[in-house]
Amino acid sequence: MTNSWTDIRNTDLVIIMGGNAAEAHPCGFKWVTEAKANRGAKLIVVDPRFTRSASVADFYAPIRQGSDIAFLLGVMNYCIQNNKVQWDYVKAFTNAAFIVKDGFEYKDGLFTGYAETKRDYDRSTWNYVIGDDGYAVVDDTLTNPRCVWNLLKAHISIYTPEMVERICGTPKEKFLKVAEMISQCSTPTKTMTSMYALGWTQHSKGSQNIRSMAMLQLILGNIGVRGGGMNALRGHSNIQGLTDVGLMSNLLPGYMTLPNEKEVDFDTYMSTRGFKPLRPNQMSYWQNYRKFFVSFLKSMWGPAATPENHFAFDWLPKLDVPGYDVLRAFELMNQGKMTGYICQGFNPLLAAPNRTKLTASLSKLKFLVTMDPLDTETSRFWENHGEFNDVDSSQIQTEVYQLPSTCFAEDEGSLTNSGRWLQWHWPGGTAPGEAKTDNWIMAQIYTRLRDLYRKEGGAFPDPILNLDWSYADPGEPTAEELAKELNGKALAPVMDPADPTKVVVEAGKLVPSFAALRDDGSTASGCWIYSGCFNENGNNMARRDTSDPDETGAYSKWAFSWPVNRRILYNRASADLNGKAWDPSRKLIEWDGQKWSGYDVPDIAPTAKPQDVGPFIMNAEGVSRLFVVGMMRDGPFPSHYEPFESPVTNLIAPKIRGNPVARVFKGDFAQFAEPASQEFPYAATSYRLTEHFHYWTKHVWVNAVLQPEFFVEISEELAKEKGIVKGGWVRVWSKRGSVRAKAVVTKRIKPLICDGKPVHVVGIPLHWGFTGAAKKGFGPNSLTPFVGDANIETPEYKAFLVNIEPIAGPVA
Amino acid sequence: MFPPVPNPTTQPVPPKFGDQDLIRRSASNVTPPAQRQTEVAKLIDVSKCIGCKACQSACIEWNDTHPEIGINTGVYDNPHDLTPDMFTLMRFTEWENPETNNLEWLIRKDGCMHCEDPGCLKACPAPGAIVQYSNGIVDFVHENCIGCGYCIKGCPFNIPRISEVSHTAYKCTLCSDRIAVGQGPACAKACPTQAIVFGTKDEMKEHAAGRITDLKSRGFANAGLYDPPGVGGTHVMYVLHHADKPEIYAGLPNNPRISPIVEAWKGVTKYAGLAVIGFAAAAGFMHYLVAGPNRVSEEDEEAAERLAGEEPRP
Repeated sequence: MTNSWTDIRNTDLVIIMGGNAAEAHPCGFKWVTEAKANRGAKLIVVDPRFTRSASVADFYAPIRQGSDIAFLLGVMNYCIQNNKVQWDYVKAFTNAAFIVKDGFEYKDGLFTGYAETKRDYDRSTWNYVIGDDGYAVVDDTLTNPRCVWNLLKAHISIYTPEMVERICGTPKEKFLKVAEMISQCSTPTKTMTSMYALGWTQHSKGSQNIRSMAMLQLILGNIGVRGGGMNALRGHSNIQGLTDVGLMSNLLPGYMTLPNEKEVDFDTYMSTRGFKPLRPNQMSYWQNYRKFFVSFLKSMWGPAATPENHFAFDWLPKLDVPGYDVLRAFELMNQGKMTGYICQGFNPLLAAPNRTKLTASLSKLKFLVTMDPLDTETSRFWENHGEFNDVDSSQIQTEVYQLPSTCFAEDEGSLTNSGRWLQWHWPGGTAPGEAKTDNWIMAQIYTRLRDLYRKEGGAFPDPILNLDWSYADPGEPTAEELAKELNGKALAPVMDPADPTKVVVEAGKLVPSFAALRDDGSTASGCWIYSGCFNENGNNMARRDTSDPDETGAYSKWAFSWPVNRRILYNRASADLNGKAWDPSRKLIEWDGQKWSGYDVPDIAPTAKPQDVGPFIMNAEGVSRLFVVGMMRDGPFPSHYEPFESPVTNLIAPKIRGNPVARVFKGDFAQFAEPASQEFPYAATSYRLTEHFHYWTKHVWVNAVLQPEFFVEISEELAKEKGIVKGGWVRVWSKRGSVRAKAVVTKRIKPLICDGKPVHVVGIPLHWGFTGAAKKGFGPNSLTPFVGDANIETPEYKAFLVNIEPIAGPVA
Repeated sequence: MFPPVPNPTTQPVPPKFGDQDLIRRSASNVTPPAQRQTEVAKLIDVSKCIGCKACQSACIEWNDTHPEIGINTGVYDNPHDLTPDMFTLMRFTEWENPETNNLEWLIRKDGCMHCEDPGCLKACPAPGAIVQYSNGIVDFVHENCIGCGYCIKGCPFNIPRISEVSHTAYKCTLCSDRIAVGQGPACAKACPTQAIVFGTKDEMKEHAAGRITDLKSRGFANAGLYDPPGVGGTHVMYVLHHADKPEIYAGLPNNPRISPIVEAWKGVTKYAGLAVIGFAAAAGFMHYLVAGPNRVSEEDEEAAERLAGEEPRP
């Protein structure tokens, strides 16, 4: 989230699209009801199904899954055509005026530089014109046909309300009603908040779904302001923490990146991480990368990381591929190239796509270690459970170690919520049986491995033998010790750069924030963005002060929000070019002629003059990006692509199938149904239900009572066509698998008319498996395709093709 | 936001009400307390409810019941009906509004309404099996229950259920045990959107008025409070977007009210007094047996009102 849960109460309009907050985030949804009560806010829901969120919405519009970009670019086009743009914001705070290199263009669904054989672009033309002064060239009048604004206008002009209806199946008048409601938030005194979740991420163009809304929010002036923002509702209580501390295969903590195999030494690695400002006076905060990176290496290897060995840079793994995401991991298992798997708090047998392939892959492992409080399906993948897990155990040689762990309510630590709040928690009970904390298990594995390396040597022992493991009990580091390590400390006196005789932090003390981190090895910090969470003031994550001066929704003394307890990111953008709040009733920070101050920690240098320094300090441009340079694999602008399995062909680029740069492993393409397939004619999607949390709560009796049995949802029209009755049994199958389910026949799903053709939606909730208290069932991953988002490989769970038929029930 | 009931002290406290506060006791007479306690109420705002079933979950946990794990029958309602182990239930209705052609997914939390004039208590032949406290809570006392099921027939909302195990009747207690020590009902505490709030009946009516104004501003011209006068009002009330047709909310009775004839009798019941109690009760029971459940007829109401007339009104 750019904002926080509590800030949602400040909004005028909530749009829930690509998510279902009432269903999947019922507790956070209370802030939507607060906004309605507080400000008379309106709620719009756009979804293929009439969801629980829709049940309390002011307006609902249906949409075909996987067509969100067309819808959002359609809204953007509507706003531009009707002059519903917050012009002062767009001109000052976005790259609308930047001139793009000649050679860049978009044609027939592709941007310049596409190489079909590589399924990748040469992105060299996707860049700005750089002037003689070394800065990007801009045209503040927005008249240059090559400026970002004019390229954007041309790029989205095809997404008319008529085209949106043809692609999305959203009736034109409903689309126009949504567009009109959204466009009202282009004034400085009205804001909209976007609440989204896996309904946008789980697509082969998930990142661009989100970018589309981010761009819309920018042209409405809704980023950095109270009641605005891009608010990702994370799918687990600590999944924000997972990405923050770098548990992605290509990331280091704090969104730094692992070196690739071409970055063979420290200087080469740093050479592409200079982040030189692209406009005069800009902060380009990533210029501090070296400080955060060296401090991270010091936290890893302590005294063994020295200036002489480049702070042990050589001990970091170097990626030979863009990332070892879960899809690649299972592909490698399936090829027999990955033979051991440690599965910590993860149930891939139900959470990763194409279950047939997953079972085959796990069966080829030499060993599998699971660490979980629950008896997961992955731990039992080798056990025959009839049709629910029809394997021949005698043919599986994988050795499985099941390590029971504590659950969140049985140990101490912090969870990072969607709003970037690190909230400390204490054990509410003791763990059952032999369950141990994850800290204990990991420490025990580590110390045993280290001892083996000491005794027997090994191919490359240095990173393991030299790991800084100076915990009071090496067998079980405490949550507090780890939190302090993330926060960081001074290893030598840290001096003031302005006055080299003045000590800012004494040696041995915890650093107050990442501003004290240095690149000379005098500081250590495990995760720079978390710096400040546990400093000499104590454990700031454990703060529980509910005071909120002037009821701004900031609650600044409750827990700790990264970075530096800032509650709203880009909050400098809440004020105009002179530093005055766009909306005086929703003041956040303001410039008093000398400095910035207000209700939140300013997201700008406190003395940075408002006319000089742009609000988007992490960007080298100092402004936000309507056109993105370099970072997105699938285009500097979003463009509509169909899902890999789609009931229709791509209307605006008929030759393009799926996202043209999404990675598809050999063999998986053959397992996709053809576009507009006769064999698999129905558009399926998967989702959560309020009664359950993933595959966990089916182990809990009460939750199992409330939603006991696997079902799929279809419209009354499809039920009639296929002879399916409410509560009857159906078989649903895709090109990859088949499931048996009860049928919920509902008015909440209606056929969509896309380009004149009816598209039937089949909804498949995800909470059942073959362990736990609930009735045994299947998950949608028995059906879903093995392909992910082109940028971050989130599997395409939300749009795929199936067939359905009524069947006789099982013999009782 | 309606201020939630604050967490009480963890120290033991004397209960806020008890037998001395009874205003009615089934098949027996009670000496009414000199002063009636402030009436409490639970307000269920159907327009804010997202159907998450946290209330059902909290109800199971607090009352330590053990409903069976059932099956899916093609709807979201689980269990499929109230049971001796499930005192409250989300009932889901897909309703196409003929005026707007829009689908509305109406989700109503069903359970005991805690009627001011409790049909169950009036119907109950077992002394002390059903009691009513002066704060409005109608509670079942299981050790006095004989499992006859008359309470089900007396209830205009079809709420109580008989356990086949213990042969006694069960329903929502309005968490009388929690309220006695200063807490709110478990369901209200668990509700994430404050669709369920708890307080004095006056506070709830005031809060409801604000909600109704908001709903009217959003186009629900017939938004209103469900506090049916036919049963003397209830201590569980609903805010409905379509208060003119409560029956669309999974058959919420449209008009469980006392007929005009009975209203006219009200003035004289005081004098008719004890002489008619016997007749009234007998007539009432006979009628329940003959007419079946879910209906409170004129005769029932007549009998009820005669009984009610004997007792002090606040």
